[in-house]
Amino acid sequence: MVKFSLIAVAVGVALLLGAHWVSVDYLYFATYTILQFVVLATAWNILGGYCGYVNFGSAAFFALGAYSSVFLHKAFPLPVPLLIVVGGIVSGIVGLGMGYLTLRLRGSFFAIATLALAVVLATLVVNWDYVGGSRGAYIIRPESIDILGLKITYIEYLFALMLALTVIALIAARAIERSQLGFGFATIRDDELAAEACGVPTLKLKLIATTLSGAFMGMAGAPFPYYIGYLQPSSAFGLEYAVNSIAMPMIGGTTSWVGPLVGAILLGTAQQYATVTISSAVNLLIVGLMLVAFVIIAPNGIVGLVQERLRARRRQ
Amino acid sequence: MDIPFDLLLNAIMAGLLLGGFYAAVTAGVSISFGMLDIVNIAHPAFVILGSYLAYFININYGVDPILVSILMLPPFYALGAAVYQVYHVSFEKRGQDALRGLAFFFGLLFVTEVSLILVFGVDYRYVEAWYIGPSIHIGIVDLPLRMLVPCLAALALFGVIHLIITRTFTGRAIMAVSQDQLALQLMAADPIRIKRIAFGISIAVAAVAGALLIIIQPVEPSVGREYIGRVFAICVLGGLGSMPGTLIAAMLLGVVESITATFYGPSWAPAVAFGFLLLTLAFRPAGLLGR
Amino acid sequence: MTALLHVDNITKRFGGFVALDGVALEVNQGERLGLIGPNGSGKSTLVNCICGTLQNEVGNVRFDGKVMDGLSAHERTHAGLARSFQLPRPFHSMSLADNLRIPLLYTVHARQGLLRSTADLNARCHELLEMVGLAAKAHQLPRDLTQVEMRKLELARAVGAEPKLLIADESMAGLSHSEIDDILALLMRLNERGITIILIEHIMSAVMKFSQRIAVLVSGKKIADGAPQDVVRDPEVVRAYIGQ
Repeated sequence: MVKFSLIAVAVGVALLLGAHWVSVDYLYFATYTILQFVVLATAWNILGGYCGYVNFGSAAFFALGAYSSVFLHKAFPLPVPLLIVVGGIVSGIVGLGMGYLTLRLRGSFFAIATLALAVVLATLVVNWDYVGGSRGAYIIRPESIDILGLKITYIEYLFALMLALTVIALIAARAIERSQLGFGFATIRDDELAAEACGVPTLKLKLIATTLSGAFMGMAGAPFPYYIGYLQPSSAFGLEYAVNSIAMPMIGGTTSWVGPLVGAILLGTAQQYATVTISSAVNLLIVGLMLVAFVIIAPNGIVGLVQERLRARRRQ
Repeated sequence: MDIPFDLLLNAIMAGLLLGGFYAAVTAGVSISFGMLDIVNIAHPAFVILGSYLAYFININYGVDPILVSILMLPPFYALGAAVYQVYHVSFEKRGQDALRGLAFFFGLLFVTEVSLILVFGVDYRYVEAWYIGPSIHIGIVDLPLRMLVPCLAALALFGVIHLIITRTFTGRAIMAVSQDQLALQLMAADPIRIKRIAFGISIAVAAVAGALLIIIQPVEPSVGREYIGRVFAICVLGGLGSMPGTLIAAMLLGVVESITATFYGPSWAPAVAFGFLLLTLAFRPAGLLGR
Repeated sequence: MTALLHVDNITKRFGGFVALDGVALEVNQGERLGLIGPNGSGKSTLVNCICGTLQNEVGNVRFDGKVMDGLSAHERTHAGLARSFQLPRPFHSMSLADNLRIPLLYTVHARQGLLRSTADLNARCHELLEMVGLAAKAHQLPRDLTQVEMRKLELARAVGAEPKLLIADESMAGLSHSEIDDILALLMRLNERGITIILIEHIMSAVMKFSQRIAVLVSGKKIADGAPQDVVRDPEVVRAYIGQ
């Protein structure tokens, strides 16, 4: 555990230094988006992959984080790292509330409720003029920022924050996977009745998972207004968040922390490349088709395919 | 608050008309989710697909949208049966994999929406027919035909489905699938075949609902998403698979939404369905008529 | 002897169907009770109500001096009530060893509040697998098991929670004579260690051999409760089993 954390932090620092050395703004913009998807996919997987509960409302939790930042930007300006914490708390609480209302019922009710959540939060935001309403809100981003006497561009600063968040999310996901909590989550995914009979407090565990998952999505969204500069409801509640945060873990593989990471890097990079060359709608269509194809043909994702291949080779 | 009586009365009437239409949109979900326990969240996408086909044929060949919807029944039935076959082979047969089944339908929803954007763009589309425009006036109540005709068509459709389910052998077999697999086997019916038929019906109904939708309001590809919360709220509130319950819940939601839109502005209306859904799940998960 | 489990006047309805109708039952510390009844007589519903999988609207369950009503299933497991399922419900994605780790982590550990070391946990898992003769398959998945092995795993997982009362719900259906003897011997050993056992079974020879006392459920009502020899001669029981 400690060893993995050290390696993850070291990789993070190496990426940071490497990017600083190259120092091309476009690279920061592009990698920020990919990292943001790694966090979203990892967060989704804590509930979806580990516990087997589908959250269709990733965009809602992401947007909650983003709009908490917009609200605080106007009401009570805070440094971005604190905004990330606040966004996490707000989305975590909403996740807990949603879970409390729906998780005692059949599993599918939770999924349906999360689908509707995005529509309702979007309605609230559209009607709330203080955060810009349907017109959207401008967030003026400073050109640069001083960190410990070192002057760096603001986009590099945001990139560094998202990188740190990614490292934290991955360490958390891996830690959960190998802990008592992770075993408990897996029993919920396999068979809830049997889990209860073995003494697993399933409702409590599911609530922990929805809270954690929602919190990480909110944290991923909190710096977004600063990144994009002008936040509209349609961009914060964008379809690409909802579909990518499901497609990435499903395509990568849902049973371990590696799957969402692999899926997010692959799909994220491909989309960054494709938006430049083809339209973003075609782009999303490809993601959707890949999602359908993978759940039918390779239900355990890329990680599952690789594991099978290795197992087959070992047997020979 | 001082509520003008004529405004309230008109809002309630409009809500009832809207509710009749909602009943038709939900009827398909009542079958797939309520009776077959298949969480087809892509249902609204099929509705919108129906809207666009009605639009395309209406604009190019001048055919009445309701007539188009009837012509679309067989192909959409076949489409539904095909989707069920894929779902069954890939998920149902492999056993307890709700997660992937849900992701599958989510993918379908998404692919349909994006495809429509690519083909038709994001502009609002509408159809032309003689009943779009004029209204009937009864006292102080205004009944726009563009609402009244779809509502009547929806209620007729709803009645036909109810008859199919309660009066035909296949319909009773569909009810049995939801309640008692053993009884079904005793009736010597193949549950997979029955489910395929039922799912086909639910998608065919979606196409008709889509044609009605584009009579009521202009449609763009993402309109379907607003209906996800709505149809599942109605379905759960109506008591999962109970047709009379669905009708009552649909009328109720229509009226509440219409009143909200009249007195607080239409931009608040989508939130109503969600509020309904959450309150239902929290307090009456067995539905309005449930025990 | 003191009563470990008191079931008092439990009634459970599903819609209009009365599955249990005022059932009362007492089980003493260390006892071996057989619970029999025709199909659909409410045996499994009774188990579900005792273990908290279903909540009964009427009646009470007291276990080990504590009121169980309103407690969820995992809380009852923590209190010392364990059960096996009629159709085995293993955790499909976990190895046999990990399957047994769950009650150890979530019940034994939670109850005693002491942190078991990994070595401790592994040793205990191995011991449980050894007890049911599955030690060689510790790292295989449940789908590799035969029917008997699956039932043994189910029992081992229930025993893993270190219960005071074990309810074995039709652990022997479909097994051969020698396999039944295997499982009976296992249950006997557990009983000798002080675990109270309720055996729910169709196979009369096994129930007669095992039980100190037999209770009979017919259409949701308890119609007999007493020494095995008396119960099987009870005319009402005979009628329920053979029909009029």
